[in-house]
Amino acid sequence: MQLAEKDIALLRILQDDMPICERPYAELAARSGMSEDEVIERIRRWKETGVIRRIGAFIRHMRAGFSANGMVVWRVPEERVEEVGGRLALRDAVSHCYGRSSSERWPFRLYTMIHGRSVDEVEGEVKRISEEEDIPDYEILFSTRELKRASTRLFMEEPE
Amino acid sequence: MNEIEKKILNLLQGDFPVERRPYASLALRLGLDETTLLAHIETLRRNGYIRRLGASLNKEKLGYTSTLVGARVPEDGFEETVAFINRYPHITHNYERAHEFNVWFTIIARDEAKIEEILEEIRTGTAVEELINLPATRLFKIMVRFDLEDSKKNAAC
Repeated sequence: MQLAEKDIALLRILQDDMPICERPYAELAARSGMSEDEVIERIRRWKETGVIRRIGAFIRHMRAGFSANGMVVWRVPEERVEEVGGRLALRDAVSHCYGRSSSERWPFRLYTMIHGRSVDEVEGEVKRISEEEDIPDYEILFSTRELKRASTRLFMEEPE
Repeated sequence: MNEIEKKILNLLQGDFPVERRPYASLALRLGLDETTLLAHIETLRRNGYIRRLGASLNKEKLGYTSTLVGARVPEDGFEETVAFINRYPHITHNYERAHEFNVWFTIIARDEAKIEEILEEIRTGTAVEELINLPATRLFKIMVRFDLEDSKKNAAC
């Protein structure tokens, strides 16, 4: 993908906080050397082409009451990954779902993040999924501490 | 958090309008005036409920690659190892988890060579006993939003 310097400047700014004021895009425009309409037009195009997945709020879910967070790794045969992964993704309790390559040391191919208001709630949900999807072999890795949580920052290596 | 704040957070986790007066348009949907909404959002951010209001970029489309890494880190040297790992700007998420593999982090870089380089530095520079590198082969879903009004469910969009 070809990006002009202006584009990179704007993408960099979009990873920061959206200004909380009447005309936030005008403020982004001022910071990236474009007009407000240019900024709006670029963002719309990037959303259409999928360069921007979403603009919105990212909440501190632990603080908002979703205090239990389990990464569940599922042992699923390779030929079932596509089908089962697609179905797990449809579940409300599943916030992230990825397929990853496995090895003898680590035989799990499907990864889901499941958030809940308690460890019990997460365990109950995982048990239900295991039964309904017929995946008996899994492990839940509950997080016990957030060691680092920073926003993903792309284009930080280019000179300002 | 009161009811109106929950409503605001639910709406803000959806699609933020891309138009000249986005907050005015959100306010209309909530039956608030723009100034009141701006004040509520400011408060939610100050109180730490909103981590960030901004864009989530498709890093693969923009030429980046990423991976998930599980590490076995012994108690002895744990904090030093974590500090070493966290120093990398490429590593944005890192969690301690109750498992034999007790430290899990993500790496985002321009290419796989950079990821390998970082892993090698961690292998040789810390107390880590074992690392498993688990690049994604398929993305099925990325978290969209938490439903704060419904006590049971998270919502997908």
